[in-house]
Amino acid sequence: MAIASPSKVMTNVEAVRSTLYDALKRDDRALILGEDVGNRGNVFLITKGFIEEFGPERIIDTPIAEASIVGIAVGMAMEGLRPIAEIQFADFIYPAFNQIVGEAAKIRYRSNGEYTCPLVIRTPYGGGVRGALSHSVSVEALFYHVPGLKIVAPSTPRDVKGLLNAAIEDPDPVMFLEHKRTYRLIKDEVPEEYFTIPIGKANLTKDGTQLSVVSYGLYAHQALEAARKLEEEGLSVEVIDLRSIRPMDRSTILNSLRKTHKLLIIHEDNKFGGIGAEISAMVAEEALFELDAPIRRLCCPDVPAMGYALPLEEEFMISTDRMAEVMREMVKF
Amino acid sequence: MPTTITMPQLGETVTEGTVAQWLKKPGDSIEKYEAFVEVSTDKVNAEVPSPVTGTLSQLLVKEGETVATGTPIAVIDEVGTQWAAAPTQRAPAAEAAPPSAPAPSSSPPVAAAPSAARRTQGAPAAPPPAAATNGAAAPGRDGSASLRGASPAVRRLAREHHIDIATLSGSGQNGRVTAADVLAAARMGPAAAVGQAVSAAPGPAAAAGTSTYNAPRFGTTIPLNQARRIIAERMVESKRTAPHAWSMVEVDVTNVWKWRSREKDAFQRDHGYSLTLLPFFIRAVVESIAAFPLMNARFAADGIYVNADVNIGIAIGLPANLIVPVIKNADKLSIRGLAIAAGELIDKARRNKLKVDDLAGGTFTVNNNGANGSIASAPIINAGQAGIVTMEAVVKKPVVTKDDAIAIRSVMNCCLSLDHRVVDGYVASGFLAELKKRLEAMGPDGAI
Amino acid sequence: MTTTSTQAPPGKLERYGLSDDQLRAILRNMLMQRQLDNRGFQLNRQGKIPFALGSEGHEAIQAGAAMAFIRGKDILAPYYRDLGLAVGIGFTPVEVLLSLFARAADHNGGRQFPNHYSSRRIGMMSFSSILAAQIPHAVGAAYALKYRREDGRAVLVTFGDGTTSEGEWHESMNFAAVHRLPIVFLCENNQWAISTPLSMQMGQPHIWKRAEGYGMPGEQFDGFDPLATYDVVNRAMQRARSGGGPSLIEGMCYRFLAHSTDDDDRTYRTREEVEKQRANDPVPRFERALVENKVLTAPDIDALRKDVLRETNEATDEAEAMPYPQPSDLYTNIYEGAWEPWQ
Repeated sequence: MAIASPSKVMTNVEAVRSTLYDALKRDDRALILGEDVGNRGNVFLITKGFIEEFGPERIIDTPIAEASIVGIAVGMAMEGLRPIAEIQFADFIYPAFNQIVGEAAKIRYRSNGEYTCPLVIRTPYGGGVRGALSHSVSVEALFYHVPGLKIVAPSTPRDVKGLLNAAIEDPDPVMFLEHKRTYRLIKDEVPEEYFTIPIGKANLTKDGTQLSVVSYGLYAHQALEAARKLEEEGLSVEVIDLRSIRPMDRSTILNSLRKTHKLLIIHEDNKFGGIGAEISAMVAEEALFELDAPIRRLCCPDVPAMGYALPLEEEFMISTDRMAEVMREMVKF
Repeated sequence: MPTTITMPQLGETVTEGTVAQWLKKPGDSIEKYEAFVEVSTDKVNAEVPSPVTGTLSQLLVKEGETVATGTPIAVIDEVGTQWAAAPTQRAPAAEAAPPSAPAPSSSPPVAAAPSAARRTQGAPAAPPPAAATNGAAAPGRDGSASLRGASPAVRRLAREHHIDIATLSGSGQNGRVTAADVLAAARMGPAAAVGQAVSAAPGPAAAAGTSTYNAPRFGTTIPLNQARRIIAERMVESKRTAPHAWSMVEVDVTNVWKWRSREKDAFQRDHGYSLTLLPFFIRAVVESIAAFPLMNARFAADGIYVNADVNIGIAIGLPANLIVPVIKNADKLSIRGLAIAAGELIDKARRNKLKVDDLAGGTFTVNNNGANGSIASAPIINAGQAGIVTMEAVVKKPVVTKDDAIAIRSVMNCCLSLDHRVVDGYVASGFLAELKKRLEAMGPDGAI
Repeated sequence: MTTTSTQAPPGKLERYGLSDDQLRAILRNMLMQRQLDNRGFQLNRQGKIPFALGSEGHEAIQAGAAMAFIRGKDILAPYYRDLGLAVGIGFTPVEVLLSLFARAADHNGGRQFPNHYSSRRIGMMSFSSILAAQIPHAVGAAYALKYRREDGRAVLVTFGDGTTSEGEWHESMNFAAVHRLPIVFLCENNQWAISTPLSMQMGQPHIWKRAEGYGMPGEQFDGFDPLATYDVVNRAMQRARSGGGPSLIEGMCYRFLAHSTDDDDRTYRTREEVEKQRANDPVPRFERALVENKVLTAPDIDALRKDVLRETNEATDEAEAMPYPQPSDLYTNIYEGAWEPWQ
């Protein structure tokens, strides 16, 4: 007799917290380092209480030095630990670019497999929280280009847990992007047992026949909401939550396209050179003759960041209504 | 994004302007700085250049109308806006108006509308149409002005399912044929392709003139098969969009008939097909087209397109169907070549072996109508062409010769239905005169 | 290689507890470093390899440091001029030549530039050409040693004077001091960073003095003297191994050659300066010291040199005969699993 695994309702931020907690309990090699992760318990309280339970050797309050937060974590990983480095906000990640792209991504490759780098870099990203220029950016486009890195951006609590576990387990460096707006906004059932979700698999969140919408992060939820609204109008839109940015799930996208023949990509990152460009190119290369309409990318504008003033943030971000409007246009094309 | 153009202030103290002449019409593309309207004020007449590149979508002021400066006079859709200004309802399928913008309730521009009042030819006597409108590609049917051609998915699906896109009505934006439309047509069965509708015809397909015709019984309803449906649609479309005018000449075919009689046995022996008057006629037709190229044109929203190639469709009446296979580049063929090409097509039609390609691309149509004795007919033009000409029955008649004597001659009427948007009286009568002249000059011998 | 020196011999040898065999081993290492170093240049000028880096001038500091390194326990995080240090802790001449020839059997599969050694077997961490990028790694490795309570183990991280300008050097020093990590920061100050002299590189010309600023002990020594080097490195490593925390130690030496085969040092320094420094060449100086203190005779040294040359020649032949990597080898070891970005 199958017994349903017990589960608990939790928000995205609670899912991060509980997954990290379980990981530290499960594996002595795991430790967390970052700014304010110890005594403060992380600025979103993700690691509140951890330092008391696991000790300052495992929950390290680092100096304000992003390059070495990652660099030291790389060294720990090379020497057999399982570090989970935190960059307090994705906007602060730039000093660590050298260590992420130039070092972590290449450890296995340059040593031909003699050294490896099982490292997780966690960071909150995304806007809609009045975060303005330095607490709202999306950074996936800067990193997904780099061979040797893996990048995931889950949007639901269940995916958070499954992918964070997968990231911690992964023998290679994984960037774990947490959309901060979804931290407390999104709530769902999460199984209590340990489980992983494979990195590189997207999730079909809604079936449809007339349009494929690909998204991730906060917008995966808004896209779903918009698609449901269109369902009431008799329009059938399929929604895919990418979950994994590198590697990216080809077959889910192409199978959907073969059904609907129309593709809409929605992402919060700037349009030019965002991941929508790569998806569009892949589809044009591999499935041109499935397309019954031009591929369309609905993305945030190509300005450096959303402003602090509410009208500026709202102008930058994409509303669910706007998503629905574009979906409607595409279905009717 | 639509840009509204307002009446400019042409002069310091000027407060109003008159639209003297629209230089472009809705659906036309306009370059930035290109003049699109002539405006006159009491001080100056000026051509107004467009501030943007795009497609002219609406004219808001009539020619001759005077408005205050600053009044909106036109709307231009800027380039790159294939998503903008899309009608929220699906465009009606058979709409042949320029599909660039939702039609406003205000009246269309007054410039140069083809005037039905200018039809000079008499109304046709209304015998049943002898020619079908199959196979020709319809101009501008493929979608909005800014997205020409079918999408990759549509082309692939059409190819895979052997469907001629031109035969479908589109349910997408601005009448676009969508992938769903093609799939729906495919699901209706192989008869979705008109060419394959031939196979749905009961009994062996026969060339015009043979007698395997199954008359329906009184009081029965004949269900519409795909072929009949499409024929009906095409006929209606042709008649509704092209104002048909009609003319006729009488041609003395005595000599050409003699020529044909001389050649027919050898031809039959050499090629296995019989040599009819048709190839001689087609030869005369293509030569007359060369003199009057407008007969080889088609009307489109953005202009009258004079086709590069001369592809002559030959109407073939079958007991339950009408098809018009096309001789491509007919002007490059000799009489013998035309006879062979026609013979092959007719043979294929009999054996149900015509392909979609055999039916596509026609630019003008010829109908050999006289087999059953008809001496006049008013055929319906194949949509997308400017005219269709018939060969009626060859009848021996007493005629008055040049020196006022009476002689017995073989006489054949040629009837021309023409699209009066493209062809007017001058060209139509000129073409027929040319056709008559050339036919009468052919034979009684020569190399075919 | 020159066997004479214009300087007076050093006199009585301070051995710091090293045996004759150990002294001989130090000299052999210095000779091997110079020979292998030279071999790289020779192969380049023969057109057999496109690139080589020189480390002439570093023989003493590297041989001395290697002697203080405990094989099988300590971890080395070197940089690309540490040929002698690598050899000194167990990297073989064949492995060096495999790196120069970029053969498939090279530890890095021919992927890295020459001199970018790594070998898990001897505890030598992988590094890139990016200066200072390996220093946080060394600190992370030291943290792992401390975390696992592995007493008696320490990390030796080396770098040149130029690297101490990098932000990541600074961040590493800072973190190591905060956490009292078992690591020694050894600066091989050869006074030139490609074409940038010390005076353009830093305001405080004595790098070891920065140690106080970070909260760790610092010391400077004569990097041309292998035994003085040994002493300082050994004491610093002992401190680190026994929980005494990190130190910053600076050995003064000189880079006799240009930065690499792609550099022409005549464009930025005078021949006079180089010649003047040549007088301090540590190799003939140490040879003389050993002869004068009767550890070795001149014929011994000759024989040693010949042996080093023989070993170098054999290693060269062996490595040269081995195959290049296959084109298909480009695609391996990117991740543990599949590498395609679209899956």
